[in-house]
Amino acid sequence: MANALAKAGERQLIPVVFTLNGREQTIEVEPHELLLDVIRNRLGLTGAKKSCDMQVCGACTVLVDGRPVSSCTLLAFEVRGRKVLTIEGLAENGKLHPLQQAFIDHGGLQCGFCTPGMILAAKALLDQNPRATEADVIDFMEGNICRCTGYKSIIKSILAAAETLRNKNSS
Amino acid sequence: MLRRFRLEEPESVEQASGLLSHHGESARIYAGGTELLLVMKEGLARYERLINIKRIPGLDQVTMENGAIRIGALATHGKLEEDPILRERLPAFARMEHNIANVRVREVGTLGGNLSFAEPHADPGTLLLALGATLIAAKGSARRQIPGETFFLDAFETALEPDEILTEIQVPLPPARSAASYLKFGYLERPSVGAAVFLALDGERKSIAEARIAVGCAGPRPKRVGEAEAVIKGKSLDESSKLIAQAGQIAARASEAMSDLHGAADYKEHLVGVLLKRAFHNAAQECLSGQKGQGQRHG
Repeated sequence: MANALAKAGERQLIPVVFTLNGREQTIEVEPHELLLDVIRNRLGLTGAKKSCDMQVCGACTVLVDGRPVSSCTLLAFEVRGRKVLTIEGLAENGKLHPLQQAFIDHGGLQCGFCTPGMILAAKALLDQNPRATEADVIDFMEGNICRCTGYKSIIKSILAAAETLRNKNSS
Repeated sequence: MLRRFRLEEPESVEQASGLLSHHGESARIYAGGTELLLVMKEGLARYERLINIKRIPGLDQVTMENGAIRIGALATHGKLEEDPILRERLPAFARMEHNIANVRVREVGTLGGNLSFAEPHADPGTLLLALGATLIAAKGSARRQIPGETFFLDAFETALEPDEILTEIQVPLPPARSAASYLKFGYLERPSVGAAVFLALDGERKSIAEARIAVGCAGPRPKRVGEAEAVIKGKSLDESSKLIAQAGQIAARASEAMSDLHGAADYKEHLVGVLLKRAFHNAAQECLSGQKGQGQRHG
């Protein structure tokens, strides 16, 4: 809690207890620190990328309580008490998530720069709508930009992962 | 890179507006931050303090009361696009919310923040003017109603006093046989031109009992264009579909279109006419079919 009486100019530290990729973390941040900088520079997870730095491209996407946000423009204190998932936390027990496997199988990546954001955004979509159609994928993924693949293989990867996940959950 | 600032976290509207009064221009209200943090990162605006109002309870609800839909200023776009009341009673508004920016911006950005920031290239203001919205501003324990038409003064300027906080947006419940449509066009991340039409038909569904037309993005602020509304008001649907081009020309002039990165002024004026005509036909169609458009995500 910020202290309204604290003098301006004095460093203000905000305790942030949150869950990062399934593990509880306790850090202190200053109000102006951005989530992306904290994750990359202080916590050493470099999967989320700084690219446009204005919430347009999606390369810095992480999930907060399962929903995609641009970590480049989210103040780090905002994750107090919340669950943050980065691409590093997606594989379980050394086994790739079906989305990660599908991106490999269907050529959903080339240079890989946008891929962590693509996969996390797609995860948010499929968690919310396991029966997402091609139109749903295109609509939801509009805000994630790729400059290599031309999108078709990305959409294909996501739809393939959706099917794998549905089969897995029904078996 | 963001410069260092202090964070205040008031628990009530009264505390928040007290902090604004006390700190004056060195402080700014912070909600989603999707607009504010961008200009602060660019160094275009600098504040010693941000006042986070998201800890104030009860400011993000959508309710129906006394013939109006009340939308809390802290409701995010993502919440509003899915809200069952809006999807049923104001489907054009829910669709507009769904088409704002991208899913990440909608997850964090708030309606109140969008309106208070008054970035000209934004969607909600224009449609809210056509829906006849009233905005509620709070200062201490006092509340003031601001008619939508008088809220936007200029680019990034609103009728809010320096120590007032936008707390709620009220939209009158649309009558039977009415519908609205908001359309936009842009090739950059933000819309270049937005146009909104609200129509209410008479009991016979033959003529236009009420029309509201608003344009935005082309110029410095969203504007309601009464002169364009007058062209089609009281006319039959057939007549008005012929007159809508004329209304479009009036609205285009009223839009105060500016030449900038989004296009030349005359190009934007042309787009105002095109979008208004399409929005008119969408709204007329929806009035006739009586379909509320649940589940429809586009248009």
